[in-house]
Amino acid sequence: MNEPSPAPLSEQEMIRMEKVHKWYGAFHVLKDINLIVRKGERIVVCGPSGSGKSTAIRCINRLEEYQRGRIVVDGHELGNDVKQIEQIRREVGMVFQHFNLFPHLTVLENCVLAPIWVRKLPRRQAEDIAMQYLERVKIPEQAGKYPGQLSGGQQQRVAIARSLCMNPKIMLFDEPTSALDPEMIKEVLETMVTLAEDGMTMICVTHEMGFAKTVAHRVIFMDGGEIIEENTPEEFFTHPRSDRTQLFLSQILHN
Amino acid sequence: MAEAHPSRSEPPPASTIGAFGWLRRNLFSSPFNIALTVLALYLLYLAVPPLLRWALLDATWSGDSREACRANGGACWVFIRVNFEQFIYGFYPEAQRWRVNTALLLLILGAAPLFARAVPVKFKARLGLGLLVIYPLIAFVLFKGGLFGLRVVDTSRWGGLLLTLVIAGVGMTAALPLGVLLALGRRSRMPAIQTLCVTFIELWRGVPLITVLFMSSVMLPLFLPAGMNFDKLLRALIGVTLFQSAYMAEVVRGGLQAIPKGQFEAAAALGLGYWKTMALIVLPQALKLVIPGIVNTFIALFKDTSLVLIIGLFDLMNIVHNATTNPAWLGFSTEGYVFAATVYWLFCFGMSRYSQNLEKRLHTGHKR
Repeated sequence: MNEPSPAPLSEQEMIRMEKVHKWYGAFHVLKDINLIVRKGERIVVCGPSGSGKSTAIRCINRLEEYQRGRIVVDGHELGNDVKQIEQIRREVGMVFQHFNLFPHLTVLENCVLAPIWVRKLPRRQAEDIAMQYLERVKIPEQAGKYPGQLSGGQQQRVAIARSLCMNPKIMLFDEPTSALDPEMIKEVLETMVTLAEDGMTMICVTHEMGFAKTVAHRVIFMDGGEIIEENTPEEFFTHPRSDRTQLFLSQILHN
Repeated sequence: MAEAHPSRSEPPPASTIGAFGWLRRNLFSSPFNIALTVLALYLLYLAVPPLLRWALLDATWSGDSREACRANGGACWVFIRVNFEQFIYGFYPEAQRWRVNTALLLLILGAAPLFARAVPVKFKARLGLGLLVIYPLIAFVLFKGGLFGLRVVDTSRWGGLLLTLVIAGVGMTAALPLGVLLALGRRSRMPAIQTLCVTFIELWRGVPLITVLFMSSVMLPLFLPAGMNFDKLLRALIGVTLFQSAYMAEVVRGGLQAIPKGQFEAAAALGLGYWKTMALIVLPQALKLVIPGIVNTFIALFKDTSLVLIIGLFDLMNIVHNATTNPAWLGFSTEGYVFAATVYWLFCFGMSRYSQNLEKRLHTGHKR
């Protein structure tokens, strides 16, 4: 993996989470989450399973509701208005652990669906854009195939291309490599690194510490629904501030 | 990725492949299986030759009255031949039957491209939609008349296979979309819509179709102001459609529930709204999953059309039954019912085969 060029960060805020709390019934899953992500910034969120890290990033495009606090995405505060939520979702791409490609559509159709039906692009133009991104994730030759005919790594790269076709300002990655066989993790991470090199604003929930070291501007460690530590990757891995972070690092780095 | 060279493959042992292998595996694999095979052959020997003798060898095909059938002991197909036109058209005036034939021809010509693989999907979708909207109007005008100088033929004179196909066709094309809407409504997060759909579905599913038909023809007029008269066929059509749409809703709901949450989330994350998510992502997958259930409901509907005989409509079943009570042709009810059963079976089997074909064609994953 290449070291991405250290682009100067702009001061423009893309995401602001303020005192966000969420409950599942009586269970307090997110406790006072505060996070500011600036344009072009790359954040890696890690933590043990059940720590609320996926839930936290899924609040940003309102796949999860939250009961208290506020979230502002690209200057628009998330509310309850369905139209406004859809508007924000157009600008926020998301890649899921289990890819969630549409199995009844070909790779190309997966990629052009939202640009055509949401962005109202003409089909021809949407296909040109889709082929461009499929080339970027290095699978243009699979455009006519169905997701069920591809390997896991290929499917996840299609999912990334599908998100990029909407030309999002922010990309959210929810454990993008956790469901992949080891030999396929690399191809997906490489795709994500090239995306980082282009200056995409990214929040990535992942256990890939190598990726965090090389790509992230900041690493956020969550446990028990709280942000325990927020640090630069160098400091995070060499001098973690909290005991819980140390314990977590010792557990995952041993494996 | 580099492919490893496989070691040389050998053909499977000769005794396990081909017709011989199949026989060995399926019919003679154990003493019990051998006994079952012998028993089955004996039962076939008992049943098939007499059936063939009755239906084909000893049957009478020519002649135009029951006298012709006296000499032979077998089936009297003359009965079917003489009444054939009535079985197809009911009491539709003979001079006007070309209108029915024209409507049928239009349907065949219009629908044929839908079944051809070479035709592009986009064209098929437009044609299908056009057929769905325009064809019923054309067919109605042709059947009923009253426009363009066509003589009016009252719906009470429609009958036979024509009437069966009208009820089944209208029932199927109306019950599917209605069922889809009901299924979506039942899963809706809006309490009012959900309650409405649940109540509708449970109400219609809880009563027998016969009751629905009786109600529509006997009780409904009691509630309507005097002098107001609904067409009897129209009432039956509405009854059958609403009844079957409740079943269809539950079939479709089964499909909707099988769609993983991730599909909804992926669609939402791309900014698709509710109706686009449903129309483009969820329903195409859900409906494909429940093709067997949908066709099952269609087949049930097709056969249930025969129940309209209790409200005095002469569908295929009733008109055959009616012909067997004709004094000139007493004693040939077996032939009549065998004929009716064969026609029903042909249509239902055709639907079943088509659905299997459709499932195979819509399969997009790895073939197992």
